[in-house]
Amino acid sequence: MLDAVYADAEVAIAEEVHAAHAAGTPLEIKGGGTRLALGRPVQAEKSISTAGLSGISLYDPGALTLVAGAGTPVSEIEAALAAEGQRLPFEPMDHRGLLGTKGEPTIGAVAAMNNSGPRRIQAGAARDAMLGVRFIDGRGDVIRNGGRVMKNVTGYDLVKLMAGSWGMLGVLTEIAFKVLPAPEASATVALSGLDDARAVAALSAALGSPYDVNGAAHLPGRSLTIIRVEGFEAQVKHRAPALAALLKSFGSASIIEGAESDMLWRWARDAEPFHGGDDAVWRVSVKPTEGPQLVAVLKGQGDFDAFYDWGGGLVWLKTPDAGDAGAAAIRAETRARDGHATLVRASAATRASVDVFEPQAAAVAALAERVRREFDPKGILNPGRMA
Amino acid sequence: MEMPAPNPAVLARRDEIVARLEAVLPDGAVISSPEEVRVYECDALTAYKCPPLAAVLPGSTEEVSAVLKICSELGVPVVPRGSGTSLAGGALPTADSVILGVARLAQVLEVDYENRFIRVQTGMTNLSVTGAVEADGFFYAPDPSSQLACAIAGNVGMNSGGAHCLKYGVTTNNLLGVTLVTMDGEVMEIGGAALDAPGLDLLGVICGSEGQLGVLTEATLRILAKPEGARPILMGFDSNEVAGACVSDIIKAGVLPVAIEFMDRPCIRACEAFAGAGYPDVEALLIVEVEGNDAEIDDQLAKIKAIAERHNPAELRESGSADESARIWAGRKAAFGAMGQINDYMCLDGTIPVSELPYVLKRIGEMSKDYGLDVANVFHAGDGNMHPLILFDANKPGDLELCEAFGADILKLCCEVGGCLTGEHGVGVEKRDLMLHQYSAGDLEAQLRMKDAFDPAWLLNPAKVFPISVTESRRSGGEAEAA
Repeated sequence: MLDAVYADAEVAIAEEVHAAHAAGTPLEIKGGGTRLALGRPVQAEKSISTAGLSGISLYDPGALTLVAGAGTPVSEIEAALAAEGQRLPFEPMDHRGLLGTKGEPTIGAVAAMNNSGPRRIQAGAARDAMLGVRFIDGRGDVIRNGGRVMKNVTGYDLVKLMAGSWGMLGVLTEIAFKVLPAPEASATVALSGLDDARAVAALSAALGSPYDVNGAAHLPGRSLTIIRVEGFEAQVKHRAPALAALLKSFGSASIIEGAESDMLWRWARDAEPFHGGDDAVWRVSVKPTEGPQLVAVLKGQGDFDAFYDWGGGLVWLKTPDAGDAGAAAIRAETRARDGHATLVRASAATRASVDVFEPQAAAVAALAERVRREFDPKGILNPGRMA
Repeated sequence: MEMPAPNPAVLARRDEIVARLEAVLPDGAVISSPEEVRVYECDALTAYKCPPLAAVLPGSTEEVSAVLKICSELGVPVVPRGSGTSLAGGALPTADSVILGVARLAQVLEVDYENRFIRVQTGMTNLSVTGAVEADGFFYAPDPSSQLACAIAGNVGMNSGGAHCLKYGVTTNNLLGVTLVTMDGEVMEIGGAALDAPGLDLLGVICGSEGQLGVLTEATLRILAKPEGARPILMGFDSNEVAGACVSDIIKAGVLPVAIEFMDRPCIRACEAFAGAGYPDVEALLIVEVEGNDAEIDDQLAKIKAIAERHNPAELRESGSADESARIWAGRKAAFGAMGQINDYMCLDGTIPVSELPYVLKRIGEMSKDYGLDVANVFHAGDGNMHPLILFDANKPGDLELCEAFGADILKLCCEVGGCLTGEHGVGVEKRDLMLHQYSAGDLEAQLRMKDAFDPAWLLNPAKVFPISVTESRRSGGEAEAA
């Protein structure tokens, strides 16, 4: 599965990790460096770069499969897919605008943080599109799991485990993805003037319809509630008006197409309403109908701004980066609603002093820690990042 | 099939174990008489049988926890069992093991249409989950062909697929959360209705772990709105290569059908004889199904037809009604029954990259001649999930062994071309000893370490998934503790 372009780079990284394991040296894993300000600040003496692991080693459009090195720029993968009329199913977010960073986001980071955008509700998360991985564990051993085929239940699925592990179990070196055809047409059905609860009710109605909705967001700042359908021209021509008719009790819907529609979904995907400034930004996952309730309670307690994706189930919150940056208030709500909150943007000082990730139940956290130790017994990989 | 020798220390304490289990479970929930435990001696891989020491049917998560605490304390291996439909021997007991069945855990706990999930106990059958929501226009997408009987516990344990995964994914893509009881009796909630739980994706590794990491008592599943309609098109071709190229071209053209089924000539003939579906006598048959309203379906089928026509099909038959759809599907749905009428058969489910289809079919044909056993091929072509059915005679001495050797060669071939041993049935005992053809010893070691983290004493379904020589030192550690 490995391409000659980066086979040597994998060996070199394995040797570095092996040596660091022997010496107990903590390592920070770096891809394109656009998301290093996400997660707990890492205390590491050295860094490992995945830059040498760049390139697409296999792309089989007829099998909907693409395999690439972890250091491959996302833009390179998207261009290769676009040339064949295909795309990544999970619509990963580009964090540069929100975090104010530069550089080229890499596919390894997308996998390591299980980064999924608006289409997650219909096409699944990054982890759902990941078919196979190669990685170097905390001992410096190269491990392969999964493969390049869509259906594979041979042994344990460590691919999902690696997705969203933030580099704490191993250094991803290569990832195989399931890709999908890009649609011929796309349209956004837009409602305006709805309050948050009515907006989420409209999104639930749309997602409970047979029209294969693959985007459902509410942008209160623009007073817009948006629903996306994609497919062949004939499908979109049927589905967009059918949705508008279904939702007529929520108001008169307009149908937006082309660049304006694309721009709205990029807004939602990249959290553009919260670009700029230095307020703290949180990403909260709850059951969709809980989203507006959570926001209402928080607004009653402090200075919170919100918008919604994933049918209301993903709530983006902005609040001043002072004190605990709203952590206690937010976590009281997520605990009460079986949800979870991640601090996506804040100063290093805030990220070091509050839990960036939702604390887990003690038994689950203990189990996860046992798993982590099996992969990285000395805790040298991205130490503290996910703590 | 080699299974570990039962632990004499456990066998010697049989009465004590049964008494301890009876003390924490209601009347009738512990089955221990030699006649009654025979019910649990095998699953759908009936070639291998071994009655367990006892079987228990707990009725709650708390009772499951109590059972596991006792078995953990006494060093008794536990084999979790859904409905016993595993084709891979996933629920095959050893003589010193307790079968833990989830049959009494069969309630719907919560249905939430607004948030599009259902929470169930894991003893519910796959089809009954859809049954609970279909009157309201929803369904649960994974649809293994055993869906009338198979339990959600087994679906999650094996990460079951089905005919419609090209569009909807397999179990792991439709599973939001589970209640997991680990071997030491600890109850954990993993995942849930809020997407992408924090921390490591333990749910992802639990799904498909074949009952080796914990016992699942509840599951939160994603439900979807039913499409407006669905209709198939049937296409016949004079060669497997051309049919394979047609599949690839359909996918490349941007059509994403819900199902692309492929049958070769031996399978077509058997189905035709059995079901009389009116299939043409061709080398390869494709059934492609698309979803939507009538106009959308017409549009997609026209696109598919145009692609097929470039490949000079011997037959093209588009369904225009529910009746015609049923007739197109009738033969395919009868395939396994049709083959069973002719012969005993062994069904494998290795997956290959779609582009390797013609080569793999040609090689299977050659091997079939070498082994002197016939093979019929029916499979999910869109995702490369093969289902070669090897025909043999169970009453003929040596035929089963010959068939197993042939099957192993087919699966090795699947690995060689970049595929895998099993796409949806699981490894169980059936493919355990082939694991080193797909993975290196180091790759397997990483998986064994996962089990170390969840079940350090190696008591849960310990003789499955991995070659037993590879797991021996870990399993004997557990036995030593008990002795």
